[in-house]
Amino acid sequence: MKELALHVLDIAENSISADADNISIEINESTIKNRMTIIIEDDGKGIKKDVLENITDPFVTSRKTRPVGLGLSLFKAAAKRCEGNFNIESSNKGTKVKAVFKRDHIDRAPLGNISQTLISILLWNKNIDVQYIHTYNNKQFIFDTKEIKKELDGINITDGKIINWLKDYINENISEIRGGEFN
Amino acid sequence: MKSLEDLREMRKEVEKEMQTRKNTNKPKVIIGMGTCGIAAGAREILQAVMEEMDKRDLDIEVTQTGCIGMCEKEPLMDVKLPGKDRITYGNLNKEDVKRIIVNHVINGNVVDELVIARLEE
Repeated sequence: MKELALHVLDIAENSISADADNISIEINESTIKNRMTIIIEDDGKGIKKDVLENITDPFVTSRKTRPVGLGLSLFKAAAKRCEGNFNIESSNKGTKVKAVFKRDHIDRAPLGNISQTLISILLWNKNIDVQYIHTYNNKQFIFDTKEIKKELDGINITDGKIINWLKDYINENISEIRGGEFN
Repeated sequence: MKSLEDLREMRKEVEKEMQTRKNTNKPKVIIGMGTCGIAAGAREILQAVMEEMDKRDLDIEVTQTGCIGMCEKEPLMDVKLPGKDRITYGNLNKEDVKRIIVNHVINGNVVDELVIARLEE
């Protein structure tokens, strides 16, 4: 994947397939510790224990149509090649995926377009709630669809105008906390 | 910088528009968003569809689907007009999306050279 934001989208779509009602996406960046951590957690139906053991093997998937699944394998490989690590935990209450990257590693893909990723998740399923917490050193931006939906008071969050507004809102806030950093 | 107060204002505008839009027989656009689709640029295809909808003020139902096994032809996008065949387009870029929206979704003319499959009604 060209962007870490695309991995986030891909993993979040696993959560949607697992019938999650809530997805929490956390990005922690520290230039001091030279680390970037991405955590995606959902309250979906989880992954069975026997499948979980080998879930990052490309030839293991919970999908029934064909026995190949690449999403988690690719995300793990992306972290590993940046001297990082990868971890997945799952129970019948949900799944948590964590990837850690050495932030200035030459092979670390740029974060990319997070706002488009969040929008794509919202457009997939308007009933899902997403909480996004992005920390960059000592600055933080929190985007919570529960809060947004409260403001919208019954108006659909997937309405074109609302979506466009949210896209700019997320973009502005992320570039604000990252101080204009593009990677 | 935008704040959540602006959103409240916007809400009022959208509410007014919603009353004029109660069409249930909408054109449908379906985008493949499996790992293969995402890696091939499906998120940008979805973005292009949303931009066209906004620019031309279109009322379309946009949905997403997982991998359907034609990974080598991603990004994929299906268009289904009410009462017409479901058309699958493949190997798309943002420019192709604009053409499909204008020619097919708005004017009902299938963009033949981008079609990879057709599912009869």
